[in-house]
Amino acid sequence: MNAKTLITALVLFGMAPTQGSASELPEVLKRSFVAKGQAGLDRLEQDPTQKACSQAGAVTGAAAAEIIAANQASIRYPSDGQWLGDWRAGEAIAQRGTGKQFSDDPTEPSGGNCYACHQLAPDEIAYGTIGPSLKAYGKLRGRGEAVLRYTWGKIYNPQAYFPCSGMPRFGHQQILTEQQIRDVMALLFDPESPVNRDSSP
Amino acid sequence: MRTSSPEPERRPIARLLWAVVSLLISAAPNVGSAAQPEPEQDPIAEYRAMFGDDNPAVFWEMRGEALWTTPRGPKNRSLEDCDLGLGKGVVRGAYAQLPRYFADTGQVQDLESRLVTCVERLQGIDRATLLKVRFGNGEAHRSDMEALAAYVAAQSRGATLSVPLTHPQEKAAYALGEHIFYYRAGPHDFACATCHAADGKRIRLQKLPNLTRADDARAAYTTWPAYRISQGELRTMQWRLNDCFRQQRLPDLIYGSEVSIALTMFLAKKAEGGVIDAPGLKR
Repeated sequence: MNAKTLITALVLFGMAPTQGSASELPEVLKRSFVAKGQAGLDRLEQDPTQKACSQAGAVTGAAAAEIIAANQASIRYPSDGQWLGDWRAGEAIAQRGTGKQFSDDPTEPSGGNCYACHQLAPDEIAYGTIGPSLKAYGKLRGRGEAVLRYTWGKIYNPQAYFPCSGMPRFGHQQILTEQQIRDVMALLFDPESPVNRDSSP
Repeated sequence: MRTSSPEPERRPIARLLWAVVSLLISAAPNVGSAAQPEPEQDPIAEYRAMFGDDNPAVFWEMRGEALWTTPRGPKNRSLEDCDLGLGKGVVRGAYAQLPRYFADTGQVQDLESRLVTCVERLQGIDRATLLKVRFGNGEAHRSDMEALAAYVAAQSRGATLSVPLTHPQEKAAYALGEHIFYYRAGPHDFACATCHAADGKRIRLQKLPNLTRADDARAAYTTWPAYRISQGELRTMQWRLNDCFRQQRLPDLIYGSEVSIALTMFLAKKAEGGVIDAPGLKR
């Protein structure tokens, strides 16, 4: 191991090299997993954002700015200028928790599993609280170009706005297709979407 | 998902458990707004309280005890000479002091990997045969590992979790486990910490323990192995970690691998001082 690699390992894992475990981590990981279904061993490798975000404390300063810049550059806005799709399809995507697991059929479209972490439609009470509530998202924010653009980017790659966000990079990592993102956008913005309506009587 | 029915003697309890809990869970999202339950309401906790000390895990414990005491394998020996860390043949309290370093293998081992060593060395049953059914699936595919783990863990019920962290390899395992806990990877960028490093969070309606805190870590760790109501099976920590990584979109965690043991070591130390109450009863 050269000095640069060692320093990188020290910075990434924030520990002394006496255990030897930090620099050995990639090999240990490869020895500890086997490829299964669509999940190959390549998934154990980290991109720079994942590496920078693998620590207990918050990432700030230059490291945070670097993550934002790199991920901003990855965002692809809708090719036809259409921001919004079908909120009903969006609701199904928000409900579905499967996709990309070794137990999932790779020919089926992935879900967004939005309800795992966010409140959305008020009638769905089985929502998680890892992320903020998105109830009345469009009703509160309107449908101006700026907020549409921001929200698209946030779904496509949340690391472009909140370094080390826990939210998946749905567009950047090709979890959702462009059309699926449009549909989730409609769930958030369409005035007819249950997200923007009061709870049913 | 199970594909065959459970063994006859546990079928009535398993069915009853699942029927009542399913009812409690399925009722929740469908009730009218006037009677909406608090999202924090925990049907499993209520159900657990209703059942008192009864837990279908007892059938795994009994089978595990038989596997422990009955001479088996090419060497026709029982497991009663197995050293689980407190000396040859000492089962009581042993699980509360695992994982730990074992000089005879030169490795840090958790409960399951140590059981594999004992079965291999004492009984002469090879690892591949033993692990053919790592995780049981009904009567036709019962896991000896799950039964043995249930039996041994139950012999530590009431013991205080106190895991040694003195041998350099034990320290290395803890450090590695901590790295893995925060290691983000895969298409969803998930780490263990994504769901288990903040207070008071839920995924859907399921409460998420903050495993970096002693109280949450103790409550979670000391109740594994556990009877999983939704599966009608007893599951161990090896299963729990494997299924977490599946949901993290990572590949298949190898049973007894370095990562699995290191992570168990990290979690056990976070839960240090907790009182073992295993096998537990979980969703």
